[in-house]
Amino acid sequence: MLKYVLKRIALLIPTLIGVATLVFAMVALSPGDPARVMLGERANKEQLEKLRSELGLDRPLIEQYGIYMKNMVQFDFGESIKTGRKVSEEIKELYPATIELAFFAMLFATTLGIIIGVLSATRRNTWIDYTSMVGALFGVSMPVFWLALVLMMIFSVGLDWFPTGGRINIRYYFEAITNFYIIDTFIYWIRDGDPKFLISSLKHMVLPALALGTIPLAIIARVTRSSMLEVLKQDYVKTARSAGIVEKRVVYRYALKNALLPVVTIIGLQFGLLLSGAILTETIFAWPGIGKWIYKAIEARDYPAVQGGVIVIATSFVLINLVVDILYSIVNPKIRLQ
Amino acid sequence: MKTGNEHGELNMERSADRLPPMGKQLDVPDEPTFLQESIHQLRRNKAAIAGLLVIALFLFVGIFAPVISPHNPLEQTISMRKAPPFTEGYLLGTDSLGRDMLSRLIYGARISMIIGVVSVGIALFFGLLIGVVSGYYGGWFDKLVMRIIDIMLAFPYVLLTIVIVAILGASLTNAMIAIGISQVPRYVRLVRASVLAEKESDYVTAERSIGASNFELMFGSILPNCLAPISVQATLGVGEAILSSAALSFLGLGAQPPTPEWGLMIASSREFITSAWWIVTLPGIATLFAVLGFNLFGDGLRDILDPKLRD
Repeated sequence: MLKYVLKRIALLIPTLIGVATLVFAMVALSPGDPARVMLGERANKEQLEKLRSELGLDRPLIEQYGIYMKNMVQFDFGESIKTGRKVSEEIKELYPATIELAFFAMLFATTLGIIIGVLSATRRNTWIDYTSMVGALFGVSMPVFWLALVLMMIFSVGLDWFPTGGRINIRYYFEAITNFYIIDTFIYWIRDGDPKFLISSLKHMVLPALALGTIPLAIIARVTRSSMLEVLKQDYVKTARSAGIVEKRVVYRYALKNALLPVVTIIGLQFGLLLSGAILTETIFAWPGIGKWIYKAIEARDYPAVQGGVIVIATSFVLINLVVDILYSIVNPKIRLQ
Repeated sequence: MKTGNEHGELNMERSADRLPPMGKQLDVPDEPTFLQESIHQLRRNKAAIAGLLVIALFLFVGIFAPVISPHNPLEQTISMRKAPPFTEGYLLGTDSLGRDMLSRLIYGARISMIIGVVSVGIALFFGLLIGVVSGYYGGWFDKLVMRIIDIMLAFPYVLLTIVIVAILGASLTNAMIAIGISQVPRYVRLVRASVLAEKESDYVTAERSIGASNFELMFGSILPNCLAPISVQATLGVGEAILSSAALSFLGLGAQPPTPEWGLMIASSREFITSAWWIVTLPGIATLFAVLGFNLFGDGLRDILDPKLRD
C-alpha cells in the first residue's frame, strides 16, 4: 500500500514541473509586453527599460525560467501588477471562498444525486426513473452560466428570496476570521448571539451552490443509478432476497454500500473540477473566489496573478485526484495490484 | 435440397429433417454484420433516434440559415427594441438593439454546429494520430506523449481552454482551437489503449506477415477497429464543445460582438434579467437542446456499439 502511494506521489512531481513550465510558456508566448501593461500606454522607453530589468525580463529566457522555477518551488508568485499585493496572500484570502462554495455545491449534488439515483434504480422503468434520467440529461446539457442567470432572474429578481451576488450583506460590518464565511458567521452567532450574519451568508450561498452543483448532481444521479442496477443484479443480493430479508434492507443495508464505490470516485473528481470550474459561477454571482480572480487577472494581463492562480488550482486538482485514487485503492484492492 | 453425397443419401429421412444437410448452409442468409446489427439496434433505441432528429434539425437550421431566417441577424431596428415574443414580424421578439431574436438564434445554430464539428475535428485529427503512433511504436515517444497528456489533464478542462485562449488571443477561431486541443488527451488515451489491445492480435500479426507496412497496419487495420468508442466520444465531444465555446464567448474570450453566438447572446442579456426574460432565456434554451441532441445520440450510440450491453 505504502509503495503504491509513494509511487503515485513520485509520479506527481514531473507533472507539476510540467504544469509550471506550461504556465511559464503561456506567459512567455502571450502577446504583449508585461512592462507595457504595467506602466500603461504613455510610458516612455526609459521607464519601460528600467522596469523590464527590474522584472528580469531583459535576461535570456532560460535564465528567466530558472528564476521562475526557483520561486515557484517556494510558492513565491511575486506581486500582483494590479493590486501590488503578494499573489500568495491574495490567494490565501480568496481560496476559502471557492472551497466553501464548492463544498456546499457538492453537498447539495451528492445528497440529492444519491437519493435520485437509488430511487431511479429501485423503481426502474417507472415514471420516477424516466423523469429523473431526463432531468439528469438536461442537467448535463445546459450551460451553467445560463442556469445561474435564470435562477437569479426567478429567485432574486422575481421572488426576491435570495440576493443576486456576493457572500454576505455588504451593509453588515463583518470581519472575516477564517475566510470561510459560514464558519466565521457561525462563530459570530455563538459569540454575540446574533444569527443575522449566518443567515445572510447562508442566503448568499444558495443560488451559487445550486448553479454550480447542477452538473455534478446530474452526473452523480446517473452513476448511482447504473452502479445500483449493476449491484442489484448480483448473486449476493439475490441470496439476501431469497433469505427473506425485507427489500428495503437489501437495498439500503447491502446493495447501496457496494454501489457507492464508483460514486465516491465521481464525487472526488467533481469536487476537484468545481474548485476551478467555478470561474463562470463566481463571475455571475460576484463571488470573490479564485476562479473569478483568475479570469479578471487574465483580462488585465496580470501575469504574476495568472501564474500563481493557475498553478495553485492545477496543484490542488492533481492532489485531489491523487487522494481519490488512493482512497479508491484502499476500498478496492484490485487497483493496487496492477 | 439434397446434399448429393453418398453419406447424406444413406441417412434416414428423420435425421435429415432435424439436421440440415451440408449444402443447406449456403442458402442460409449471412449473419448480420456488426453495422447492420447496429442500425437495427439504433432503430429500436428511441432516445438515440430522438437525439439524431434533434441534431438533424439543428444541422438543417444551420445550413439553411440564410434561407429560413426572417431577418438579417445583424440588422438593428431601433423602433423595435426589446419587443416581446409574438410581436408581429418578430416571432421570438427582439433584443436590446432591435435585432430579431429568431434570426439570431438560427444563425447561432450555424455557428455552434461549425464550432462543434471543427473543434472535435481538430481533437480527432491530433488525438487519433498521436494515439495510434504512440500506442503502436511505444518507446520514448509514447512515454513523452503520456507525460504531456498527464500535464494537460492536470488542468481542469475549463481552465485549460481559458489558458490556451489567453495565449492565442480572444476570437472564435482561437476558441475552437483551444477547445480542440483541450479535447485531444481523451482521444489519445482511448486510441492508445485500443491500439495496445489490438496490435498483438492475430489479424495484425497475419497482415504483418504478408508484408503490410506499419502505416497500413496502424491506419488501415488497427484504427478502424477502434472506431466504435471513438464515435461515441466524438458525438459527446461535439455537445461539450458547443457548451465550452458558449462559456468562452460568455467570458469575452470567444466570439466577439455582434456575432450571433449563443454564449455571447446570453452574456449581453445579463443586464436585462429584470426587464426582458426572452433575451436571457432563449439563447440558453437553444444551447440546451442542441447539446441535448448530441448527448442523447452519444449515449444511445454507446448502448448500441457496446457489445457487452447487447443481450
